[in-house]
Amino acid sequence: MQIYLPIAEMPVDVFVVLGIGAVVGFISGMFGIGGGFLLTPALIFMGVPPAVVVATQAPQIAASSLTSTLAALRKNAVDVKLGVVLLLGGLIGTQFGVMFFNAMNRIGQLETIIAVSYVALLGTIGLLMLIESLRSTLATRRAPSAASKARSRWGGNLPLQMRFARSGLTVSVIPLGLLALAVGFIGAVLGIGGGFIMVPALIYLFRVPTLVVVGTSSLQILATMVAATILHAATDRSVDLFLAALLMVGSVFGAQFGARAGAHLRGEYFRLLLALLIFGVALRFGHDLVAKPDNPYSASVTETAR
Amino acid sequence: MRRFVLAVVACIAGLPGFARAETLVASVSRSRIDITSNFTGADLAVFGSVERDAASIARATAYDLVVTIRGPRGLVTVREKKHIGPFWLNADARKYIATPSYIAVLSNRPLAEIVSPEFATKLRIGVDNLVTAQGDKRWRIDEEEPQFRSALLQIRRAQGLFSEHPASVEWLTPTLFRASVHMPGIAPLGAYDVEAAVFSDGSQLARTTLSFTVVKSGSEASVAQAAREHPLLYGLAAVGLALLVGWLASVIFRRD
Repeated sequence: MQIYLPIAEMPVDVFVVLGIGAVVGFISGMFGIGGGFLLTPALIFMGVPPAVVVATQAPQIAASSLTSTLAALRKNAVDVKLGVVLLLGGLIGTQFGVMFFNAMNRIGQLETIIAVSYVALLGTIGLLMLIESLRSTLATRRAPSAASKARSRWGGNLPLQMRFARSGLTVSVIPLGLLALAVGFIGAVLGIGGGFIMVPALIYLFRVPTLVVVGTSSLQILATMVAATILHAATDRSVDLFLAALLMVGSVFGAQFGARAGAHLRGEYFRLLLALLIFGVALRFGHDLVAKPDNPYSASVTETAR
Repeated sequence: MRRFVLAVVACIAGLPGFARAETLVASVSRSRIDITSNFTGADLAVFGSVERDAASIARATAYDLVVTIRGPRGLVTVREKKHIGPFWLNADARKYIATPSYIAVLSNRPLAEIVSPEFATKLRIGVDNLVTAQGDKRWRIDEEEPQFRSALLQIRRAQGLFSEHPASVEWLTPTLFRASVHMPGIAPLGAYDVEAAVFSDGSQLARTTLSFTVVKSGSEASVAQAAREHPLLYGLAAVGLALLVGWLASVIFRRD
């Protein structure tokens, strides 16, 4: 069944879009990440204009992260205080990111910077996580309690200490704010939510429990994406309501199952799966960058007289 | 009435340069293609006849007809990826100004049998002749340009936006014709022009131009209009929808 998208100006298959939404929703519900880094390439591959893809993802991610947040709230797995601190830092970082984005765009090297930093970022995070989780999975098998005790978390002895009760964490606001700033910056430059950086960072650097990380990250993504939807609609006007609605319906269903699957997963396996996912996507993008393209030529319409 | 106007236009268009007395009268089956939410493409027919008067000479060969449909024009940038270090990066580009977003060339037999290649180039008949070589700021055309142009043609052909249909014009009588084409779902919106030309024995006898538009209608038009004219409300509506769907899902799936 086909439906014509009013803003993207092309027909798409309803069930294909629902399916893509469901798969991305499942992953997003399971790991507490927005899934933008999976959805963007999938939709662009279908032929949807990149500007419409980036703008339309925002309400779609807002819908699925609201579902994840509500599910996490019922399990008391959201640290609202931590979420607010991260959000504030993220807003400032986003501002700097947009400035950097525009500056690079003027120089004309944006595409290369995005491609290379995407691969470097995903590859590094994925590989580090993969090594760590393989090591700890093996370690728990050998000696159940030896692995994750001795390491300290970041910012234990800096000023501006704050207590985050739900996360069982007392930490300085400075490293937390810096993390949120960096994630906001990278997110704005790469056009993604940045959950795949935030989630591993909270787990590995700050030792926040996995379950709380997912809920808190969902809350933060929800707030960011609501703001992003309004900004995109007001400035570039490329939010496609029909496409967003289809993706939403698919992804909220997927997110439900994802959240349930995630809750039953042991911490080590959760981290291993997330590592494999991120590393896999990095390999895929890296392959695109170094492999000989099928057609070295591409055509893009810059402006059309209507 | 419209027929009459078209006929007059055809006569005027046919006059200068065409000393022979044939004129071409044609019309398109619809002047507007409405895009609704279940739009996946549309069928379009161009029909008409070759009018002869007392001055028309008797012809030994049958008429040939070529119909060219062109979509709204725009600036197209064609980029080429090159192997730089370990990476394949966009390294070179050419711009094509006023390039049609859609081209369909309909004829009753292959173009090569209707006109000579030189004449086809001069008259801009055929897909290849409608996308012309374009030079840089100083009007120079370099050696690599043809590769970019043929890549553009190949990409558009693969998308179904550029096409030639050498058997899509049907002669109902020796002078009455009907041409039909299926426009794809991704056909760009905007104003299209249709040019019909009649040939005999390799030379052009008459030519006429028609037009139609592709527009959004119904819910498609309302959504697009809302996005354009009330961006803030549209954004809030999108957020509202997102929150509603997210909340509904969590209610539906609640199992405690």
